[in-house]
This record gives sequence, structure tokens and C-alpha cells, in this order.
Amino acid sequence: MTDLTEMLESWEPVIGLEVHVQLATLSKAFSPSAVKFGAPPNSLTDPAVLGMPGTLPTFNQHALELALRLGVATESKIRARARFARKHYFYPDQPKGYQISQYDEPLCEDGHLDLIIAGEVRRVRLQRIHLEEDAGKNTHVGALSQVDLNRAGVPLVEVVTAPEIYSSEEAAEFMRALHRLVRWLEISEADMEKGQMRCDANVSVRRRGEDRLGTRTELKNINSFRFVQNAIEHEIARQIRLLDDGQRIIQETRLWDSERGTSESMRSKETAEDYRYFPDPDLPPVVVDAPLMGTILRSLPELPTQRFLRYQKTHGLAADDARTLISDRALAEYFDAAVKAHPGDSSGRMIANWLLTELLGALNADAKTIEDTPMPPERLSELLRLVEDGTISGKIGKEIFEESYRTGEAPHEIVERRGVQQISDEAALWEIVEQVVTANAKQAEAYASGKDGLFGFFVGQVMKATNGRANPVITSDLLHKRLGR
Amino acid sequence: MPQLTRKEVDEIAMLARLHLEPDEAMRMQDELGKILDHFLALATVDTDGVPAMTHAVPMDLRLRPDEVAPSLPTGEAVRAAPAREGDLFVVPAIIGGGDK
Amino acid sequence: MSGPTEWLSVTDTAQKIATGEVSAARVVENYLARITNVDRELNAYLTVTSDDARKAAADIDRKRAANQPLGPLGGVPIALKDNLVTKGTATTAGSKILDGWIPPYDGTVVEKLRAAGAIILGKVNCDEFAMGSSTERSAFKKTKNPWDTTRVPGGSSGGSSAAVAAGLCAASLGTDTGGSIRQPAAFCGVVGLKPTYGRVSRWGVVAFASSLDQVGPLTRTVRDAALVLEAIAGLDPRDSTSLDAPVPRYADAITGEVRGLRVGIPHEYFEATIDDEIRAAIDKTKAALVERGAILVDISLPNTVHALPAYYIVAPAEASSNLARYDGIRFGKAAAGAKNLLDLYMKSRGSGFGPEVKRRIMLGTYALRSGYYDAYYKKAQQIRTLIKRDFDKAFHHVDVVLTPTTPTAAFRFGSKATPLDMYLADIFTLSCNLAGLPGISVPCGLTVDGLPVGVQLMGKPLDEATLLRTADVIESAVGLGNRRPGGRS
Repeated sequence: MTDLTEMLESWEPVIGLEVHVQLATLSKAFSPSAVKFGAPPNSLTDPAVLGMPGTLPTFNQHALELALRLGVATESKIRARARFARKHYFYPDQPKGYQISQYDEPLCEDGHLDLIIAGEVRRVRLQRIHLEEDAGKNTHVGALSQVDLNRAGVPLVEVVTAPEIYSSEEAAEFMRALHRLVRWLEISEADMEKGQMRCDANVSVRRRGEDRLGTRTELKNINSFRFVQNAIEHEIARQIRLLDDGQRIIQETRLWDSERGTSESMRSKETAEDYRYFPDPDLPPVVVDAPLMGTILRSLPELPTQRFLRYQKTHGLAADDARTLISDRALAEYFDAAVKAHPGDSSGRMIANWLLTELLGALNADAKTIEDTPMPPERLSELLRLVEDGTISGKIGKEIFEESYRTGEAPHEIVERRGVQQISDEAALWEIVEQVVTANAKQAEAYASGKDGLFGFFVGQVMKATNGRANPVITSDLLHKRLGR
Repeated sequence: MPQLTRKEVDEIAMLARLHLEPDEAMRMQDELGKILDHFLALATVDTDGVPAMTHAVPMDLRLRPDEVAPSLPTGEAVRAAPAREGDLFVVPAIIGGGDK
Repeated sequence: MSGPTEWLSVTDTAQKIATGEVSAARVVENYLARITNVDRELNAYLTVTSDDARKAAADIDRKRAANQPLGPLGGVPIALKDNLVTKGTATTAGSKILDGWIPPYDGTVVEKLRAAGAIILGKVNCDEFAMGSSTERSAFKKTKNPWDTTRVPGGSSGGSSAAVAAGLCAASLGTDTGGSIRQPAAFCGVVGLKPTYGRVSRWGVVAFASSLDQVGPLTRTVRDAALVLEAIAGLDPRDSTSLDAPVPRYADAITGEVRGLRVGIPHEYFEATIDDEIRAAIDKTKAALVERGAILVDISLPNTVHALPAYYIVAPAEASSNLARYDGIRFGKAAAGAKNLLDLYMKSRGSGFGPEVKRRIMLGTYALRSGYYDAYYKKAQQIRTLIKRDFDKAFHHVDVVLTPTTPTAAFRFGSKATPLDMYLADIFTLSCNLAGLPGISVPCGLTVDGLPVGVQLMGKPLDEATLLRTADVIESAVGLGNRRPGGRS
């Protein structure tokens, strides 16, 4: 949008995100009925989920643990005694007429998420992370709405950023980073298309250099990664156009329509809904004590951003490779295991290279993931050691890789069996070089008189004579010596 | 004097989704006003530093293990609904404005 | 055996059925017959579950014949206030908005009663959603006081107190949020106990005010109250506010001994306007206790004066929230011909709720509005702490606190002109709920007009045992003995 690019020279967007993430528990947040995607309507309810008279909430321990993992991973301040609050509004998908959420005393505050943008770390502050229950689903069918309460009561965390995101690209990157983190921590599948991760964006603009925030609108119904950037850009452009035109921005909620690529006003936020929050009297305070925190801390893996930095610094990986490795916790762990089995300064780069090209290539061709790899990291490690110490050439290495991947046989055994050890003995190679040059005197003359391309021919002949086992570097050296240049 | 204005009565009735006939609203304005008057005294009580009451015998929230219990059979879940379409609850659509 | 079984205590009923002296079937039939004869006048029952009761009685008799254990309340017929959820049996909470609702589950206290062998006779009347002090606010029936049918039985558990007083059940379970067990018990000359908050599970109790509601027994004797309490008390994992504390054998606490018992007399209560005859009965009670070795101690509960406003903010606020689920969508009554969703909500709730309920929802909604929350709800919650602290201090010097249960005896229908007048009927009972303490009302005399007077005892958290012990002595000394409403049997 060059139009937008121009606009952005004088206007600065200010974005805050509210992201809801469904926690991967077996049962619901405040009742023990099951959590399952795609079940027949109203088959996952119980009297409490239906908000029947006389029912009461009981809090899911695992939901707390998963939320705490996120709190710790984002270096949030964890409240020792957190409270649930009732948030009141009338809507058919909210059976009790209120949502159990958190207000004054949320579980986590003042954390941050680190984004990697153009190789640099950019920190986005998180105002809060709190627990709440999801609502059911309301579907419009003509003049009526149909209500399915299967989803009502599913545990969510709501992650609220400070309004410190300054471009639609950053917003999209935030979503990707959060998505990666929650999957990394195994707290959510976070499939946006299944509604397991939802994004609302608060968007405003101001003239560059100004301190004051402009009027903001809330953008809802952004239900895929693609749309995050588009929707926000569209809203930024819409606001700038209005302001340039001398109009003012109405504080309102707008719904994104991905098919039409536009947003539509939902309701005016001028008279904001009064949710009448108060501490839920049915739920005493949640206590987070030292033993619980200890369990959570011990269960945390090294986080993606830390790992990215380590891969760059300690292993000298290129940013792109590091980024690919951290996109998938299983991939990163494979890499770490392979490095551990093959210590050495440059082993990291080599392992990354083979892992990302050879192994992933083979897995992709088989429609497999790294979790299903028939080649464990130690085996890859072993193979690479054989290449690195010169036992086999890189070219042979690739052949051995394929065979080991297919049959599961250990690389060194294959090498033994096929007798494909590299020939690095200079004396032996010199003999062969001699033979080859002598047998091809004409080409030798032609090369001597300037036909550079013929060098490859000689290399090829040496390889032929040695069944590909000649050490290419030594071969090249010796040929240059013998051919005189 | 927290006398309620008619506007406030209407606002509160809306927040609470209670339809009031005009005479009801008038009576409500009068009765609530008198009751609220009676509570003015509360404002003068010094409650600085006094924590809000949570439980007679203080307790922490018990955590429920993440185990699934059987749901109500769907028929049971929707049986009492005044309006249904198969296994779904049915309500009139909202006028104006889209889905939440 | 001779004598009507409908006046037997819980204790005696269970005992006679266990020994085979009388069959459970006979006991149930007698109650059902009496209900048929007497209740058309009194209107205590909303639903009589005669078939289920007969079946349950037959089960008990079968077990008895096979020498199988019957449970501590084996064969005892009990009536349940209609805000207690019963599976397969209509539960209305006295409201039109729940007319016709048949719950798919049993509340915990109902499960526990059944497990103890008790027989559910039916559901009895109450003020709508337990909001009221006379049962006049029931959407369905007007329950009358058996001692004088021109007067109210009290509320909100008026159906319970009338049924127990009139021999229409052996005992009843009611609920108490601001006095709704104790006040009707006083008006009807029966024993009414509100346990410590959290002592009895609220799972299956149609919620009024979550931080105040408790289920408790209404019975004809103190010992009966002890037996029923023991059957329903205990930790319930389904209720996050339920206390994890052992349940003592409450009946064992009834020793007949009050020597050395320190009885606190809070002067603020006695400075209020109280009918002379009530005062006289309370004085006699105090004297009887002293005669038996108890010590009266003057105490002060200075924040008592704030109990009424604090209650009438906290209770309606929580009620406005708890009643938000009644919308005619998943259960209950919906208004016909709603034009749109807003209309459905407004009309269903507008026509389904009675005026008192609407008033309290409005009050509660007002108090929770942003900008008002601190001044009202939060303030009231802080005042509760002050009230509790008053009691904590007093309990360093006394074992129980004694007050009248009500300022007057049962009043006539329609005599409370304004809502505020009605609220003032609860002034003695409210503090107990606000502080979460256990409280009991036990009959201690009759007025000249033959209306029962109740005395209230309040105790330390989880000290129902001392309340029962003391109440039992009062019952022996100044209780109603064999006197019954109307002198009839």
C-alpha cells in the first residue's frame, strides 16, 4: 500500500493487542465437563455450564498451571493471591449472565514478549495476563440465533499488551511470537482457525512527534494470521483518511470482514458497557505459593528467544537458520541433542545445515515431521563426524545419509560395508593422479595451454578411478601440482 | 441525598434487563430512593485499612484435578428450553449491530 | 402404636421405625393424610411427592425386614424449601420465572438426606428467591401461620416453619441469608438453625446471596436439629466455599449442662424497639439459664447499627448477579412474542420476577455500577469485617451471644406497608449472616395472644455444638412443651 506508506510518513499508528488463548486442558475452567473441538451441539454441557439454578464453580488446577507457565515465560509479576471477578453482560452465549474473569487482582502483570524484527530484539510490554472462561457460540440463521454452549466454560488466558506496537507488521510479528511461545510451552494448540487463539486490536493514530494518544477503535473478528496485518492496516488507513479529511474518530468496536477486506461498525463505545465487576463470592482467592512456582519453573523449557540468541552467538548460526529452528520446539530440541553428541566449534553450523536441508527434505518427502524422524540426532551426529574427520567425503556422506535414513543402519557400519572410506593418503592419490594425467596427455596439454574447464575433467577421472573416494581437496591440490597450474 | 432520577431508574432497569411499566418505574424511583437514603450513614463509617470480608473462616481456593466428568446427555441439556431447534437453543436475533 | 405419628420428633420417628414399632409406610401415609386435611388451609406445600415418598418408605420397610442398616434418618419424612434443587421434582424457588422447571440434578443436601435414609415428602413454599420475611412474596401461595391463620409464618422459609409447626412433616430444610430460617422458626414456635457459613454445601441451593446463604434444619426439638445438621453438614468439593472441617456427632453435644456457660448480652440489641411480651419472654429465658449455672455477661457489638444497610447492599448486589441467568433461554419461562433479543430479556424478566425481586435486583445493580462500587458494595464488605471483629472480641469473654430473634411476634398479612418496614423485621438476625457465624432460634414462650416467641443464640464459627447444648436447656426450661398450634392434634 504505497498510499499507506505515504500516510505513515506523517502519521504514527499506536496499537494494543488483546489476545485470547484457549488453554489445552481436558476439562473446562470451572466445571468438569469435557473440552473438545467439533463435538455435536450442546453435548459438552452440565448444569453448571448451562448456568442452572443452584450450580457453583470449581477451578481447574491445570488451567492455573498452564497460565502460570505463560506468566513465568513472559517474566510477569505473579500475584500470590489472585481473585476471580464476575463480568456482567447479557448475551445468549453467556449462560450465567456474567463471565467469570479477573479484574482488580489478575494472575500476572507487567510481563513482556520479545520479538525478533530484522535480527534485533524488540520488547513489547504485557500489561496483564489473566484467566477467564470462554462463551458459547451464537450463530445467526435468518431472524433467529442458534446457541451452542459446548465452548462455554473453556479456560482462556487473556494477554493484554501495552499500547506499544507501532506498525501492522509488528502486530503480526507479535501474534506469531505469541503463537510460537504458547505452542512451545505446550499450553495451547493455538490454532487460529479453530478459534483457539483470537485477536482483538485497539488501534489509534497520531501525528508523528505527538505524545497524546488518538481516539482508538477496537477491531474484532480477526481470525487468522493473514488477517492481522491486513485488518490493522486497513483500520490505520481508514482513520488517517478520516482525520486528514477533518473528521473525528468515533470510539467504537468494528468487525473485520475478511471476505470483503473491510471493517464494519458494531456498536458505539461512547457509552461503554458497565460490566459491574465484583469479586466472585463463590470462589475464594487463588493462592500461588512457592512450591507451586517451583513446579512451574522446573517444568519450563528454554524459551524461543533465548534459544535464538544462543544459536546465533554460541553456534554462529545465520539468523534465518536460527529462526527456522526455533519455529518448532521439537526441531530445536533435535538440534540441541545433535550438537551435544557432536561437540565442536563449527559443528553447530554443519548440523543446522544438514538438519534443515537433508533431514527436513527427506521428512517432507515422506510427509513426516521431526517428531517421527527415523534418524535420531545421535545418528546424524555420527554421520557428520565421519564427514568432518575426513573418513568420508561430503558427497559420499549424502549417500550414506539416505541409506541410513531409509534402513536405520548406523552410518559407520554402512561405510565399512560399502568400503567407501575417503582416500586421503597423498602418496596413493599421487599415483592415481599420475596415471590419470599420463593416460590423458592430450587434455593435459590443452589444459596447460589455457583450457581451464578441463580441470573438472581430471577431477572426474580421479573420482572414477577411486569410485568417488578420493579426497576432493587433496585431489585438487595434487592435480594442480601435476598439471603445473 | 441519593434520590434517583427517572433517567437513572431507566438506566438501571436497562442494565438489569428488567422491563418496568411506567407506574412500576415511578414506584421504584420512590422506594429505591427511600432505601438508599437509609444507607447514607454507611458513608461516614471509618473503614480505612479494613479488608473486605471474604469468609467467616478464611480459606484458599481448592483446585479441582483436570479430570473429565460425564456431560449431561444433549436431550437433557436442552429439554427445559422454551425455544429450540434440534439440539440448539434458539433466540430472536438482535436488531441492528452484528455478532459479538 | 398409639398416638399420631405426625407429631413424633425426628429422633423418635427414626428410632421407632428402626425397631419396627411402626412402619415407614404408616408414617408417610399419616403425614400425607394430614397434609391433605390441613394444608389446604395452611398452604405450606407447593409440591407433594406422594408416589416417591411411598416408594422410599417401602424401600425402608424392606431394608428393615432384611435387617439392613436404614441410616441415621431412616424413614424420617422431610419437607424441602422450594429453593433446594430436586432432581425430577419441580423446583420453583417461589417464582413464576421457574414455574415448570424440572431439574436434572439433586442438590448435595438432598443427596445427603436420601443417603441418610430420609424420605422427601415434598417441596414447601417460600418468598420468591428467598427474598422476604413473610412468605407473602411467593408467586404461588399464601402460607399461613398455624398458630393464627391471619398472620404470616415468617419468611423466607415460611412453608418450612408452618409445615413443621403443624405436623405436616417431621422436619424441614430451609435456607437462611438474613434470618430466613430463624425468623420463621420464631414466628411458628419451632427450632431453626443457620450453620456457620460453609458448614453445609450450597451446591443445589438456588442462589440468592452467595456469601450469606446457608441451608439449615427447622425442627420441633433441638435434638432433632442436631441430627439433621449432622446428616447434611460436611465438605463438598462441588462447592468452593464449603469448609473442610470434621462433622462432630452434634447430638452428643446435648448434655443438658450449661454450668459456667458465659452468655453475652449485647446491649445494642436490647436498646432497639422490642415488644414488651418478647422482652418478658427473653428475660425469663435469661433467668432460667442463670438458674442452671450460666453466667450473663454484658457485651457491646458497636457495629450492629450498620448491619441493616450493609446487608441491604451486599445481599441485593449478589442477588442481582445471581439472578442474571434467568432469561427464558435455557430453562424457565420466556415471555411470548418477543420482537428481538432485548425484548426477550426485558419482558421475560420483567414479567417473570415479582416486585420485591425486581426491587432488590435494581438496588443491587445500582450498588455495583462502576463509580458506585467503592462507596456501596466494597464499603459494605468492609463493614462486615468490622461486625465480625466485634463478635471475635466478644467471644474472648463469652461462649454464646443471646438476643431476641425478632422484635415482634408474627405480624398480620399485609401489615408491612413499605419494603423498608419489612426489612426492619430482620434486624436481629442479619449480623449472624454478615459475620458468617452459626445462629439458632429456639421457642421460649407464647404471647398473651398465643403467638410463639423465639430467642436467638449466636456462636463462634463451627461451634454449633454449644448452640445446640444451650438451646436444648432453654427448650427444657421455658420451651413450649407439648403445646401445639390451635391446641389441635
